[in-house]
Amino acid sequence: MLKISKLHKSYPIGDSSLHVLKGIDLSVEEGEMVAIMGSSGSGKSTLLNIIGMLDEADEGEYILDGVPIKNLTEKKAAIYRNKFLGFIFQSFNLINYKNALDNVALPLYYQGLKRKDRVEKAMFHLGKVGLKDWAHHLPNELSGGQKQRVAIARALAANPKLLLADEPTGALDTTTSYEIMDFIQSLNDEGKTILMVTHEEDIANMCKRIVRLKDGVIMEDVFVNQVRASAHV
Amino acid sequence: MFDKDLWREIFQSINKNKTRTLLSGFTVSFAILLFALLFGITNGLLNTFDSAFVDDAKNSIFIQSGKTSKASNGLQAGRQIQFENKDQEWIEKEFGDKVQYITSRIYLNVTAIYKNEKNSYSVRAVNPDHQYLENTKVNYGRYINQSDIKNKTKVVVIGRLVEEDLFLKTTAIGKYINLNGIQYKVVGIFSDDGGDNEERLIYMPVSTAQQIYGNNDHIDQINLTYNPDMNFDSAISFSNLLTKKLKDRFSVSQSDQRAIRVRNLANESKAVDQMTFVLGILVLIIGFGTLIAGIVGISNIMIFIVKERTKEIGIRKALGASPKSIVLIILMESILITIIAGFVGLLLGMGILELVGPSLEQYFIKDPYVSLNLVIGATITLIIAGGLAGYLPAKKASRIKPIVALRND
Repeated sequence: MLKISKLHKSYPIGDSSLHVLKGIDLSVEEGEMVAIMGSSGSGKSTLLNIIGMLDEADEGEYILDGVPIKNLTEKKAAIYRNKFLGFIFQSFNLINYKNALDNVALPLYYQGLKRKDRVEKAMFHLGKVGLKDWAHHLPNELSGGQKQRVAIARALAANPKLLLADEPTGALDTTTSYEIMDFIQSLNDEGKTILMVTHEEDIANMCKRIVRLKDGVIMEDVFVNQVRASAHV
Repeated sequence: MFDKDLWREIFQSINKNKTRTLLSGFTVSFAILLFALLFGITNGLLNTFDSAFVDDAKNSIFIQSGKTSKASNGLQAGRQIQFENKDQEWIEKEFGDKVQYITSRIYLNVTAIYKNEKNSYSVRAVNPDHQYLENTKVNYGRYINQSDIKNKTKVVVIGRLVEEDLFLKTTAIGKYINLNGIQYKVVGIFSDDGGDNEERLIYMPVSTAQQIYGNNDHIDQINLTYNPDMNFDSAISFSNLLTKKLKDRFSVSQSDQRAIRVRNLANESKAVDQMTFVLGILVLIIGFGTLIAGIVGISNIMIFIVKERTKEIGIRKALGASPKSIVLIILMESILITIIAGFVGLLLGMGILELVGPSLEQYFIKDPYVSLNLVIGATITLIIAGGLAGYLPAKKASRIKPIVALRND
């Protein structure tokens, strides 16, 4: 599904540069649910952004679903992002002037679907996250948990191969966090490959595998017994 | 570009971001409004200057006589100088082809009667050349001609408003009008750009007036135009020479300013030409100034808008928007707003000029008007400027990595 080897990334800071990723090797199979952990500054978000083609590596190899991701033009990156990837952000990143339905339909717009099909699909995915009745509400009329569910519906709308989540529960209270995790687990049960960055142990333990990063290198990469979020709800 | 979905996106963005839309729209509307108003008002000023002098030919010289203010050649001060027909003939002979048109003028006041209508008018008894000196336009019939002068015929050419006053709705040509008890045949109707007063005049042959009202050769004033080939300097020296020779002819002291007065319009029209020129430059500066202010305004707002939408751009890119679609959506939105706002400003500006225009005449602003082409040109300039000003930041924004845009909380 995903194969990364000898990945390096540094950011220029003034005259010097900060070496964030120092040779990462990682491969993820289809249907896995991986948590990337690490303290702040460990490079976990940078890794996720490179995997998400939101950022580019300086060195190393990255193959996604058999396609080498290297020297992409902006246009090509846009197409791959749309086709392969779904994003879930800590701060939801919904477009605030679009209602829930339009937000979910946006990736479908960039796929070039007809409006009727977009609305139908978006409605289906909103229904899946249990927000059918909220379709015509603006993001600021929704609670944090609801916003994140809209964001998940949006990430799912384009039927991506890989779901990337950057601290998906970071802005939510514990109860809501577990609800969201329960839902993400159910997506994984259906076969969706999921990669998430988190710094919360309890959230990480709800995944099937934990990759620990420190100072730009992988310290530990273990499979764990998944804790079901439903047990806590 | 004619993608329905793209327009739906744009209209949604415009609709849901009213403050932003109003802000950028207002700048454009205001710039175009100011542009139209300032141009209109300066045009109105120019019109006033122009119309102040359309009444008379610009190369006119007016010669009038009065009482001497100084003793000269053994003659006392206070002597009345009186021009006669022979003085006009002398000027023609003396200056030859330097004189283009020349006419005498006698002023009379009459009570005119036609059937039951009665009114008082000024009469000017003139030579045929007077038509060209005064820019008189003959609408119907003819002007005074040379055979009228020779035969001292009792004919008159009346102003458009005289016909309106006395003949009501009927035509005056060929009818007889009673001036102070004597019947004159109306042979022509004229109009004049000089205003209503100029159209409430009656012209008659100078010889007829001399015979009927005084039985002498007296004339009140001599008007002439100099050869239009003469430049400003030679026109001035011509009128100076004319003044000098006339004063000699009537034994008037050269320093006497009252006995013989020669007024050369060249002096005044030069001042007006300069004024017009300065006003023209002023119009240009004002026009460009407003336009540049508008361009700066719309550019600032475009930069602000792109900045404000950076996060949205990041989200859209993460969801698979191509850079081109990002540029397009921002650009089309700004162009659409600029077009609509520009049109609003244009309508407002022209509407205001139309509405308050007539009441501005007392402030020397006549017919404040701005050509539609000019305002449309200004609007297009703003659209292009807004487009360019939006394009550069939009292009830049479409290139930034989505992660940078998304980090921008």
